Amino acid sequence: MAHFVQQVLDGLASGAIYASLALALVLIFRSTHIVNFAQGEMAMFATFIAWQLFTWGVPVWAAIAATLVVAFLGGMAVERMVIRPVEGSSELTIVIVTLGLLLVFNQGAGWIWDFIIKQFPNPFPAHVFDVGGVRTTAHTAGVVAVLLLIVLGLWALFQHTKIGLAMRAAAENPESSRLVGIRVGRMMMLGWGLAAALGALAGCLVAPRLFLEPNMMFSVTIYAFAAATLGGFDSPGGAVLGGLIVGVTENLAGTYIPFIHQDLKILVPLLVIVAVLLVRPNGLFGHREVVRV
Amino acid sequence: MSLLEVADLQAGYGPVRVLEGLSFDVAEGQTAVILGANGAGKTTTLRALSGMVANKGRITFAGADITNATPDAIVRRGVAHVPQGRGTFVQQTVDENLRLGAYTRRDSGVRADTERMYALFPRLGERRGQAAGSLSGGEQQMLAIARALMLRPKLLLLDEPSLGLAPIVVQELFRTLVDLKKETGLTMLLVEQNANLALDVADQAYVLETGSIVFGGRADEVRADESVRRAYLGY
Repeated sequence: MAHFVQQVLDGLASGAIYASLALALVLIFRSTHIVNFAQGEMAMFATFIAWQLFTWGVPVWAAIAATLVVAFLGGMAVERMVIRPVEGSSELTIVIVTLGLLLVFNQGAGWIWDFIIKQFPNPFPAHVFDVGGVRTTAHTAGVVAVLLLIVLGLWALFQHTKIGLAMRAAAENPESSRLVGIRVGRMMMLGWGLAAALGALAGCLVAPRLFLEPNMMFSVTIYAFAAATLGGFDSPGGAVLGGLIVGVTENLAGTYIPFIHQDLKILVPLLVIVAVLLVRPNGLFGHREVVRV
Repeated sequence: MSLLEVADLQAGYGPVRVLEGLSFDVAEGQTAVILGANGAGKTTTLRALSGMVANKGRITFAGADITNATPDAIVRRGVAHVPQGRGTFVQQTVDENLRLGAYTRRDSGVRADTERMYALFPRLGERRGQAAGSLSGGEQQMLAIARALMLRPKLLLLDEPSLGLAPIVVQELFRTLVDLKKETGLTMLLVEQNANLALDVADQAYVLETGSIVFGGRADEVRADESVRRAYLGY
């Protein structure tokens, strides 16, 4: 039993990271109706910036904080300079543009920092908690706590501030938003900035568990897509729950299903995506688009 | 004194010209109506006034040139626009829709103003916590007007408020508009296909046909002029 609880707990730790990145995907999807395939690579690039600051001697938390600011501004810049010009184009065009961004960030990171793996510092103490045979690292507890803070913060932002209300309005009805004086373009930039900062945080939290290198976020991105698909691409709550479910399922499948083991774990999110699309295409909490004619 | 003066307004979408040089004005405290058939350019006129379509010519509002100003700058000057089809934020609550109407306001009276709107439109007060998409068509039109009033506008632009509503609801709506004008002296520019009804509430009327104003004058003159009525208003 302790073993099982242990596996669930470990799954939650990865799930919290998938959830953060999935939240970033959902933020952008809700504000601009774009699925940003470059989300994970933007996060990886930001993580490199944090690593660079750290190796220059900046304390780890300060490096992460500075990186979040840089990522926020960078996300806004990407929206303004790369996404805005293709706004309103066909979905295929936009998919290609975000795939292009993926390549730019991936190769850009390799060009600047090369492809040799690097050790990213653990921002949490190396302490291990032992509760009745179930062991949790401070890193695991920290990651889950950070996710909770993010969820609370976003909820407060979107439900209880004027700017959050304006962001929701701009996402839902840009035309009416302009007519009440909301600068819709700014709201979209803000959405991309927030998402980029969130992704950067996810990258910095996952990096100590993996190794820092340009392809670091590859599998995390796939898990995040599974999480967002499962929860519903327009539902922040769904993205969080989806992330946790995917994390736990992946870990349990890897442990208890013999032929999957650690090597085939990546199959789990793909199966989740296929199953959700077959059974409930809008995800657990997604809204179905209903059009009155 | 004219609150809004429009001179030689031209606008269109891409290569398609919709407005061919309109000139008209709306006096402070008055209600003006633009009448015309489908496709005459009524909606485009209002959209040009709100900065939603690029335009040429000259638009002067409260003494300031607002030609090609951005929509948010125009809203900040006190022009509220109730779009055709109501423009409801269907996923947001009634209360949030009203707060969005006051988005550009920085004063502390917004909360009190939402209560005033609920007093004015009791149906909205009963539904303040509901998603606005669950409201009936008539209620959504009330909400759209209330949302616009939340700006405390100097000028209210109304685009086909009667569209898609049952006749009894339309009458209620127009009664509300008349009351509003009496109580607050609000200046309104109304675009309508329902000429008979619109002329009842208007002081000034303009008839628009394929992008040009073909007749303008006092509302009672328009009503009395049988040739205009027959030719353009179809009754």
